[in-house]
Amino acid sequence: MLHLGRYFIFLGTLFRNREKFGVYSKLILDECIQIGINSVFIVSIVSTFIGAVTCVQTAYNLVSPLVPLYIISVIVRDSTILELAPTITSVVLSGKVGSNIAGGLGTMRITEQIDALEVMGINSSSYLVLPKVVASMIMFPLLVILAGFLSIYGGYIAGTVAGIITQEDYIYGLRSDFKPFSITFALIKSVVFAFLISTISSFKGYYTSGGALEVGQASTAAVTNSCIAVLGADFLLAQLLL
Amino acid sequence: MIEIKNIHKTFGDRTILEGVSGTFQPGDTSLIIGGSGTGKSVLLKCMIGLIQPEQGQVLYNGRDFLTGDEDTQKAIRREMGVLFQGGALFDSKTVRENVRFPLDMLTEMSSAEKNERADFCLQRVGLEAAAERMPSEISGGMKKRVGIARAIVMNPKYLFCDEPNSGLDPLTAIKIDELIKEITDEFRITTVVITHDMNSMLEIGEKIMFLYRGRKLWEGTSETITQSHVKELNEFIYANKLLRDTTQE
Repeated sequence: MLHLGRYFIFLGTLFRNREKFGVYSKLILDECIQIGINSVFIVSIVSTFIGAVTCVQTAYNLVSPLVPLYIISVIVRDSTILELAPTITSVVLSGKVGSNIAGGLGTMRITEQIDALEVMGINSSSYLVLPKVVASMIMFPLLVILAGFLSIYGGYIAGTVAGIITQEDYIYGLRSDFKPFSITFALIKSVVFAFLISTISSFKGYYTSGGALEVGQASTAAVTNSCIAVLGADFLLAQLLL
Repeated sequence: MIEIKNIHKTFGDRTILEGVSGTFQPGDTSLIIGGSGTGKSVLLKCMIGLIQPEQGQVLYNGRDFLTGDEDTQKAIRREMGVLFQGGALFDSKTVRENVRFPLDMLTEMSSAEKNERADFCLQRVGLEAAAERMPSEISGGMKKRVGIARAIVMNPKYLFCDEPNSGLDPLTAIKIDELIKEITDEFRITTVVITHDMNSMLEIGEKIMFLYRGRKLWEGTSETITQSHVKELNEFIYANKLLRDTTQE
């Protein structure tokens, strides 16, 4: 409970004594590259394979000849958009981005760079963390859209190349009984997950004390806590919005 | 002038500072000395506002820094320059960007003016050639000098240096000491240096405060320190064999 209280106080400090907008715009752009562009490769690889595996495993489980084949792509589509693209992408990003944020801030803390900012009268948490949070909330939805697209495409490639499903059936299944709210739901999830991952990782990194060992521990804690928060929020959002 | 009055600080049940008071005059290089764990760095952090003491006052030309309103604290912070132990340079910025950083954040100067000022400060510490290098590409001594350049870029009235010689070879350490002294005299800054380096003490210490277990045990000058009768201070000074032998001679 003490950590939770400190976390909320920390969130409050992000919006107190902010710097000029011009200062943040460049920092946000830099963070967008760091968090978003630099994660495209890993997100692409993971989502393509997950889509492919989902297609193959769904086909493996559909043993009844009464179930039409296009159901495979319906399942790939729905599981991808509703769950796999936003959640798995966020779990992957909590590892990549979360550890990067916590490690970076932790190192800045132990090398007195954060103290140097404070001494200059700059709100260090706002200056360092706010751009990361905003950039994450901008880039995560874009990465989730990319992941969703590549996952469905991965399923298509795996299904057609392996002869599991025809192109026509797959595309028919993608269009069948499609609910546009699924996309909205996925994007809402990605924004919430982005906020959780960036703030929890920043919190862990910002309050690191000690040396290199503690920076490593902060990174590990950031990833673990972010993953748990993402999964908890995933369940809550599903209950509230579906 | 900086005055500290009756500073008390504890961490849990450990008392770190116990009623430390003192005055630091403009144009003087004042040293706070003492062994490891005596509270020197904590005192410095209390003075620059990184740690809030439980009790006591820190006055900058009569203005109370710890209990002053936000504007007073901001104004005092703008008059401070701090050299941290490891330099505390921002890893993602070049040497010039590091020195320029306070100007970028706190002034409305044009880009050309900022560069000119940053280059002047780098020149002052003899590092104009390293302006475009990253902190990871320069030595420990150079990092300290960049740290000094960044500390003086805003024309501070107060300069704080936390163990400026730690981790440096004796020759570089002397150069850093000389630089701090020159800058203090040149700009008539109130300089406070935390150190346990005996060379610094003798070279640049115009006024010296000795801390022992969180308390001020002695205060004086580099001329009077060797005549002190404080047992703990003598043990501290004469732990250095060279100094012991020289004094005995």
